[in-house]
Order: sequence, then structure tokens, then C-alpha cells
Amino acid sequence: MSQEANQDANNLTCAAFQAQLPDLIATGENVSGHPHLKDCELCRALLADLETIAEAARQLFPIEEEPSDKLWEHIESAIKGEKESSNSGMSAEPA
Amino acid sequence: MPQSRFPAHPSDAESPQPGEQALARPVVSDARAASTAGTLDPDTLARAQAGDHQAFAQLYSLHKRRIYSLCLRMVGNIAEAEDLTQEAFLQLHRKIATFRGDSAFSTWLHRLAINVVLMQLRKKGLSLISLDEAMEPAAEERPGRSFGEQDLSLSGAIDRLALQRAIDNLPAGYRLIFVLHDIEGFEHNEIAVMLDCSVGNSKSQLHKARLKLRDELRTYPQEEGRR
Repeated sequence: MSQEANQDANNLTCAAFQAQLPDLIATGENVSGHPHLKDCELCRALLADLETIAEAARQLFPIEEEPSDKLWEHIESAIKGEKESSNSGMSAEPA
Repeated sequence: MPQSRFPAHPSDAESPQPGEQALARPVVSDARAASTAGTLDPDTLARAQAGDHQAFAQLYSLHKRRIYSLCLRMVGNIAEAEDLTQEAFLQLHRKIATFRGDSAFSTWLHRLAINVVLMQLRKKGLSLISLDEAMEPAAEERPGRSFGEQDLSLSGAIDRLALQRAIDNLPAGYRLIFVLHDIEGFEHNEIAVMLDCSVGNSKSQLHKARLKLRDELRTYPQEEGRR
């Protein structure tokens, strides 16, 4: 970042910084080094929270829920229905 | 510049199956989907592809938790998640013979299940006309603005149940993008294709979803304390 750009970033209001935040985060670069954050505790806290939430979400991925035991019965029944319907269609005489 | 603490999701090179929507490939999901399902015996897969019902039942047992959990996260409703899981496995039954083994089976099934959920959400009107508008929650559901607030920040680790509950309470559009990006590991360009919206919209919705979650999580301890 050039000195001029750095100065502009320093002078950003919180509103302006937060308006840029979705794009800044999506770059994948370390937003915590942004000049605005040097002097802005509020935006630092916001960024830290958003990072914490994203990280916590990632930890959810391996956690799996169990569907009810009845679900397989429903699936089997539906498969059987489809097969019967398909077979009756195949055996029907053409008009 | 050092990398962000926001999870990055590298791209997967695999192509979609013919006839599938240009669904994004969960890169991570290739490894991730495989890592959470049990080991699939190639013989079992081959038998299921040849119409062996017992083999198909084994596939169901191996993958039911992963697929159901995906559906549950995306719709936030147990009954609907079970219906979608059923539809995903019915589609699997219809299409399994077309699986060519270009990708991991778990990844292929994962994609198929996401398509089923998205089809259902479209039927419900989420993206029929203008996803950008349809996904925008009502004013009362939007996250609060952060600048000028003096609220406390989240402190360190987030309770898993609190996060899960907060995700379930997100408006549908926010939840969908948050689950696809932050949990399932899709990139914004992939989500944009899947949901037929702009990349900018995907970024913006994800940001709003995280802000909304932050609002929810900051009130969580107080609400719990009142119970």
C-alpha cells in the first residue's frame, strides 16, 4: 500500500471501513494489518469476532446428526413404489 | 501479506457430472466429505450400481449422517431435512449407475444433495425471480450496524450449541450462504453460480450473516441466564 493510500485508509471512518470489509475479507489477505485498525478498537473487535465466528463454523463441519430410523423405511418404500410403477409402465400394452 | 484467519477454500479441479447443474465443487469438501463418511468398499459401490438393494442400504448407512446433517444445516428444520435426505437418496438410487468415478463418491453424492436442497428452496421461491432481492431479509431481520456501538465483543471461543442455534435462527438467505461458505467450504464464485447471484452479493450476504450471528451470539449468554 502506498503512503498516500495508507493515509487514506487511516482516515477512513468506521462506516467506510466496514463497507469495504466484505471485499477485504474475501481477498483472503490478513485484514488485521489494515491501517484503519491501528487506531480503531471497535473495528478491531468486530474483525476479531467475525474471524472467531468463521473459525467456529468450520469446526461444525465434522459434527454430524443422525436421521430418524424411520427414514430408511420411507426410502425403501419409495424405491419399491418407483420400481413397481416403472415395471407396470414397461409391461403395459401399447395403445 | 500474511494469510487471514478467515478459512480459505482452495479450488477443486474436478468437473461436474453431465446433466448436473454447474454446481460448485467443494474442494475441501472432497477431502472433508470423504473424511466424515465411513470407508466405502468399491465392491459395494459396484453392486449398488448394478441394482443390489443390500449394497444400496450399505451406502445409505455410510452416508446418511453426512447428507442429513448437510440438509439440516441448510434448511434448519428436522422434518424438512429428512424429506430432503430422502429425496437425495432417491435421486442417488436413480442416478447411481451414471457415477463414473471421476470424483470421490462422497463428493458426488454431496453435490447431488446440495442440488436437491437448492431445487427445493427454489420451489419455495427463494431464487425464482431475483435472488438478490429474495435473499434480502426484512429490515427487522438484518444485522445491526456495528459502527458506533459500544457492545462487548464475543469472548474467545464460541459455544457450539449457541452457534448452531444462532445459525438455525438466521433468515434463509443468510443461512444458505453462511452454510455453503463457512461450513461446507464453497468459494464465492461457486456460490454465485449455484445460487444464480452475483459474487458481490454472495460476499455481502455472507458478511451480513456473520454480523447477524455476532448480534445473536452476544445476546446468547444473557438469554441463557434468564432461563
